[in-house]
Amino acid sequence: MNSKPRTVIPIGPYHPLQEEAEFFKLYVEGEKVVDMDIELGYNHRGIEKLSESLHWDQSAFLVERICGICSTSHPFAYVNAVEDLAGIEISLRAKYIRSVIGELERLHSHLLWLGLAGHFIGYNTVWMWSWKYRESVNDMFEFITGNRQHYAMMKIGGVRRDIEKKDIPQIEKMCDDLLPVVDMFKGAVMDDPVIHARTKGVGILPREVAIDYCVVGPTARASGVDIDVRRDDPQNSAYNLVDWNVIVLQNGDVFDKAAIRILEMYESIKIIRGCLECLKKEPEGNFDLNVKEIPEGEGIGHYEAPRGEVYHYVRSDGTNRPVRHKIRAPSYVNVPSNQYAVKGYTISDAALVLAAVDPCYCCTERVAVIDKEKNRKIMNGFDLIKLSQQKTEELKKKL
Amino acid sequence: MEIIDEIKNKFGSKIKKFEEKNPRRFYIDVLPTDIVEIAKVLFDDFSLRFIIATGIDRRDGLEILYHFSEDKTGKIVSVRVLITNKEKPEIDTISKVIKGAEWIEREMWELLGINFKGHPNLKHLLLRDDWPEKNYPLRQGQGEGRK
Repeated sequence: MNSKPRTVIPIGPYHPLQEEAEFFKLYVEGEKVVDMDIELGYNHRGIEKLSESLHWDQSAFLVERICGICSTSHPFAYVNAVEDLAGIEISLRAKYIRSVIGELERLHSHLLWLGLAGHFIGYNTVWMWSWKYRESVNDMFEFITGNRQHYAMMKIGGVRRDIEKKDIPQIEKMCDDLLPVVDMFKGAVMDDPVIHARTKGVGILPREVAIDYCVVGPTARASGVDIDVRRDDPQNSAYNLVDWNVIVLQNGDVFDKAAIRILEMYESIKIIRGCLECLKKEPEGNFDLNVKEIPEGEGIGHYEAPRGEVYHYVRSDGTNRPVRHKIRAPSYVNVPSNQYAVKGYTISDAALVLAAVDPCYCCTERVAVIDKEKNRKIMNGFDLIKLSQQKTEELKKKL
Repeated sequence: MEIIDEIKNKFGSKIKKFEEKNPRRFYIDVLPTDIVEIAKVLFDDFSLRFIIATGIDRRDGLEILYHFSEDKTGKIVSVRVLITNKEKPEIDTISKVIKGAEWIEREMWELLGINFKGHPNLKHLLLRDDWPEKNYPLRQGQGEGRK
């Protein structure tokens, strides 16, 4: 062990808003992070076990409540798993509607992340603006499904509601209005020298490490791992029927992780537009197969959530409830990679690196720096954000 | 050559049962003693991505499914092992070969009571540290699920 004095900085563990409560223990020498320990389970709700006591249709509502932000990704993967089990192919119209909902969710999730990342580095204008434009996506959800969150659109054998022809122009208008906004954010992030100085070369996750930790989603794609479930295994969705690209960048630092999310928003808009064009040609009303019986067997479903691959495995014995329902959320594999990514950087960078994986920023609000000798609180979450923002201010003056 | 044919050629008699559920989903049954070798070949030589493992409590033992994904073609290969000794279930860890398997092995250890031999950090992940011993929430007959 090193003889230098080490300080433990706990980040977390609890905040009622975050989707996964986690506890990061940073071991620091001076300002430098030398090691990190991750503890979780503070918010373990036993959803896998609960699902065994629910009807097949009820489980779709249960898994929707795993996460408040990517609340359509879990049902998407779950219905895919059950449809894989039963060998169901849903109607074309339902496939398009599923993809529209999935991409709208990606838009609002990436905008949410962008705002918080902006807040962390002291760009509160980015935060306010990004969340302002996120509202238009949430309004669109309310318009299509009746809910701003927890849309309850996924159903075994199709979707629960139709997107009617008369509603399509309004969704298209939202896409048209959002495009210049994404352009603006792209300019704000890609051309700003301070953001470059703060995020380039910080929290690098090399390709080999990314593969070893089995990371998924934007975290993997920023490190040059070319995976995207939407393209690789579209299952019962329309991603193979419209034109779009998978964004892959090579550096694996915080900047690339931000850039990938911004560039993905363009692709999401492209997918929504493509799906809406096709929806206009499909006959209305044919969006649900009314599946009643689930046969015996096992099935696997996965879907690319905004944070990465969501994976569901279900096994049935022919009754109306699953025997086993395994769920793997993307953060489960992405968060351990932080262990590698934060090492060697300063505490003010750590907040940014941990947030770059897009786990739950709310943890960082609960940070407390504790003097190990006296066991006394010397710093809280606000101080940490302040520290991070101060660094940006100093950089601004230098430039 | 298709990935699945390569796997079949490579392991030969080690594959006890093979099932092709549909063109993108494959299930392979192997013995628990072979799992580290097979995981190593799938992960290192065939460059498959380890997704997750599923532990299941069955009447005749504890089953573990290791899910691997070939991302180029979107195929998922699930390797199934069955540990018949329910009193003292044990299997070798694959986390030395695949770093990303560390957490799920800890999870299966605490929720199903499977001992992963050689795991570097086998401690509680989801449950609290003073969770009572021999109480495994995902075993049948526990809590609100199936009895």
